[in-house]
Parts: sequence; C-alpha cells; structure tokens
Amino acid sequence: MHMETTKNRKKNNRQRRLDNVLSALKNDKMSIFAIVWLIALIAVSLLAPLLPLDPTTTNVTEMLQGFSSQHWFGTDELGRDYLARVVYGGRVSLLVGILAMLASASIGILVGTIAGYCGGIVDSILMRLVDVLHSIPWLILVTVVSLFMKRGIHSIILVIGLFTWMGTARLTRAETLSIREREYIQYAQFMGVPMWRVILFHIIPSAFPTIIIVATTSIADAIMTESALSFLGLGIVQPDTSWGSLLQRSQTYLQRSVHMAVLPGILIILTVFSFNKLGNLLRIYVEPRISEGERK
Amino acid sequence: MAKYIVKRIVTAIPLLFAITVLCFAMMNLAPYDAVDTMIKPGMSDELVALMRAKYGYDQPVYVQYIKWLQGILCGQFGYSIVTGQSISLDLSVRLVNTIKLILPSYLSAYVLAIVLGLVAGSHKNKWQDKLIDGFASVGISTPTFWVSMLLLYIFGYKLRLLPIIGMHTIGQEDSIIDFLRHFVLPYTVLVIAFMPDLIRYVRSSTITQFSEDYVMVQKAFGASKAEIMFRHVCKNVLLPVITKLGMAMPMLITGAIITETIFSWPGIGPYFTTAVDGLDYPIVMAILLLSSAMVIIGNLVADILCCLTDPRIREMG
Repeated sequence: MHMETTKNRKKNNRQRRLDNVLSALKNDKMSIFAIVWLIALIAVSLLAPLLPLDPTTTNVTEMLQGFSSQHWFGTDELGRDYLARVVYGGRVSLLVGILAMLASASIGILVGTIAGYCGGIVDSILMRLVDVLHSIPWLILVTVVSLFMKRGIHSIILVIGLFTWMGTARLTRAETLSIREREYIQYAQFMGVPMWRVILFHIIPSAFPTIIIVATTSIADAIMTESALSFLGLGIVQPDTSWGSLLQRSQTYLQRSVHMAVLPGILIILTVFSFNKLGNLLRIYVEPRISEGERK
Repeated sequence: MAKYIVKRIVTAIPLLFAITVLCFAMMNLAPYDAVDTMIKPGMSDELVALMRAKYGYDQPVYVQYIKWLQGILCGQFGYSIVTGQSISLDLSVRLVNTIKLILPSYLSAYVLAIVLGLVAGSHKNKWQDKLIDGFASVGISTPTFWVSMLLLYIFGYKLRLLPIIGMHTIGQEDSIIDFLRHFVLPYTVLVIAFMPDLIRYVRSSTITQFSEDYVMVQKAFGASKAEIMFRHVCKNVLLPVITKLGMAMPMLITGAIITETIFSWPGIGPYFTTAVDGLDYPIVMAILLLSSAMVIIGNLVADILCCLTDPRIREMG
C-alpha cells in the first residue's frame, strides 16, 4: 500500500515535470527549433560518410564559387564542395564539444564531490586550486597551455577539458555539501561503506540532474572555445577542419567569397544556441520551481 | 565593514602569490629562455656564460623567482625573447590603446544592457521581452570574431565606408575624426559582445524582484506600475549590477584580444597573439599574470562595492 502511493507520487511528479517542459515548449518555438536542429545536426554528423559528400576532392576550375545546384554551399579556395567541408567541420566541432565536455565534467565532478564530501583540509586545498585557475581569464589560460602542446584535435580536447572544469567543480561541491547531510548518506557512512562507493553510488546519482544541466551548456562553451582557438590558429589545424578553422581560412577570401565566412558562423550560432536552450529545458525539468516562477 | 574588507584583501594575497608561482613555473618549463635567442653562432662559451650570469640565469631557480618577483613589484616584467625590448614599456603603450577601446565599449554596453534588461524584465513574456531576450540568447551564442568579420566585410569591403585596420591612418595621428573612423567597428563589435550577458543578468533579477512580496503589497495599495518600477524595483536591481563593474575590470586587459587582433588595433590583443605565435614566453606570462591579478583585484572591488551598497552584507561583516 505504502509502496504503491510512493510509486504513484513519483510517477505524478515525473508527469508534472514533463508537463512543465511541454508547456514551456509550447510557448517557446525557439526551443522546439533548438531540439529539431540538434537532432538533425547529430544525424547528419553521424551519417556524413554515407552521404554523397566529398570534402577532399579539389577542382581548380571551380574555385571560390557561389551557391549553385551542384554545390549548394558553393566551393572553397581549392574548389572543394563547401557543403561537404561544413558538414565534416561540424563533425569535428561537435566531437570536440562533446569529448571536451566529458573530460571537463569528469574532472569537475571528481574534484567537486571529493572536496564536498571530505571537507576540511582537502576541501580547502582543492577549492583554492579552483580559485587560482578561475582567476586566469579562460582565453589566456587555454592559449598558454596550448603553447606547450602539439596542435590538433587531441590536444584541444585535452586543453579545454583540463581547464574548464572549475565551474562544474564548484557546483558539484555545493550539491555534495547538501546531499552529504541527508540521512541515507549518514547511514551509509555509519555502516562503513567506503568513500568511493558513497560518492559513486549515492552522491553522484543525487547530483546528476544538476550535473547534466551544466554538461549541456558546457558543450556549447566548448564549441565556442574551440572555434575561437581554431580561429586564432591554436586549435584544429590542417588537414582537420572544424567550423572555427573554416572561419580562420575564410578570412583570406573574405572579399571574394563571403559565403565561406557566413555559413560556418551561422552554424556555430545555431548549435551553441540550441545546446544552451536544451540546457534550459533540462533545468525546467529538474527544477520545477523555475518554470513556475517564470509563468507567474 | 573595514574588518570585512581587510579580511578580503588578506585572502586575495595568497591567491596572487600562487599565480606568480604558476607563471614562473610555466616560464621555467618552457624549452628555451631569453638568453638562447641572443646567442649568435660563433659566440664563445664564456661569453654565453657571461650573458647568462648577466641576466641571472646561472642562479638557482628560487633565487631567479625572487628576483623576478622583485622586478614585477617594481613594474619590471623583463624583456621580450623575440625583440629584446622591455615588456613594461611595450605594455604601457598598448594598455592605453586597449583601454581607449574597451572602456567606452563596456560602459555603453553596460548602460544599454541595464535599460534593455529592465524593459525586458518588466514586460515578461510580451513582445519587448521576447525580442530582447531573443537578442541576448543569440548574442551569447555568437562568436565575436564572426561579427567582426561580417562588419569588416560590409563596411570595409562592400560599402568602403570605414578603414579596416589599425587605430590611425599613417600621417594623421592627431586627427580625432580619423581615430573615430577606426574606432567605430571594433567598438560596435565589443558593445554587441558585452551586452547579452549583462542583459540576461538584469532581466532575470528584474523578474525576481517583480515576484517579491513587496511588489504585491504595492500593487494592493494601488501603486502604478511605473511607480513600483522606478521607486523600488530599479533600486534593488541596480545595486547588485554595480558589482558587475568590479567583475569587469579584467576585461580592460583581456576583453578584446580576438577583436583587437582582427582589426589590428595596436593593443594587448595583437601583442599577445604575436607573442603566442613566436613562443615569446616572457610576454605571454606577463599578460597572464597581469590579467589574473586584475581578476582578483576586480573580485575584491566587486565585493567591496557590494558591501558598500548592501547594508545586509555590511552588518554580516
């Protein structure tokens, strides 16, 4: 009987949260658009090798062309089909965004939960480290570190992952501090469950909703960071391409073919915007209060 | 309150110290140093050793660190590896140029964002709000260098209205009109870049204020919307916004690195990117240190401003 009611309540709760999201969606065409765009983008990125797109064949007779039925997005400075270049660039940008997010989220969660759970001197040391790293403007920090590394996809993922986890760490720590005080955690401690088990099986699942929101927006941040670094020539380098490095190359041909600059930029905006919107929707799902506050 | 401020300053000092250690460690990890670039083929080993001694590279690392720190405290950042020029001298010229660009841009963005944020927040879910919030959401997702490129293309190449590089036309260094013509494009880019974040902040705190009980009480007593807005909500929204000014201090150095680079504005931006390209570690580290110090000082100023404007925090002291 009792079980039944809790189950029902849980179900109702989930339904209510979903309703919140759906009603937010109904009023917000931008969010619907964001979701559709992300699905389409991920689908195209995954299926790119199967599509009739060839990003590598050069054709000097068709350099820097505008839009045409043969080349929907025109061609680049070596006569390569720009649609294919943009799609393959998007694959890299998305990959960097997601992997960098995974790296930074893992470090952030690890540091945050350990600091919050252990408290005391461990907490102080870790949080001072966060303070120090947080004090250095991100562009400078990431640039300086990329100086010491070979340029390429691996190192950019590493650099973004290693130096953007501070926000996640602070947030997870705050969550952990409040979760730590709950009875089931104290019971687990009393039973002598080892720290790593408590963190892995009790604290992280409880903090998961917050973590997932941060993770979604940090994909957006990572894509932005990657594009800025690649634009400065510090990120993705030839032969790989990302939206950022396409923009960097387009600088030279700005006067002759502006489409080369416009297209990747619009794609970056759409994608970053969509990930931010997605994060917002997840927040409405996780924290029903927010949507209520908004609707008042 | 004085106690609170002193406490904040005392906690900021170790942080600054840690950053100097970090910078110095990085500079030492770098594969080559300033003397390596001055060595010419055919120099005798004794001469090289003498040069190392002259610049202090023969001493143990901690002595080097203390000397470096002493130099920094006196405003001496050392010398560029590539050009051999004094970094402090270069920085002082470039910093002025950067501030000339960023200060007006940030202040304009600040004022505009407050106005737009208040309008959006007080008209929640109406068309004004949707427009302004939409602009802010798109603006946050837009790379500044992309905006710069588009403006360059439209005003520089297509319309040929404005110059696209530098701060002055050669030979017209004193002309204010010429300066303004160079200034308009990067200024516009930066205003667009700085605004969205601030707009969202002001908008969300306006919305929060409007849902407070005191607004309901005011409404119950029949106060007009304008009255509630200007007498009460504004005040509560604007106080925390003041602290944003403190947080923005590091922007004075690093706020426009990419934009400056694109427009070849002779500020910190191109200086930094050239140094990065040329692996000019002392310059990179000097900027790293300076900008981090600004972040810490900025946070300190923000805290103090917050404390000065909000009596609740003052009492907590």
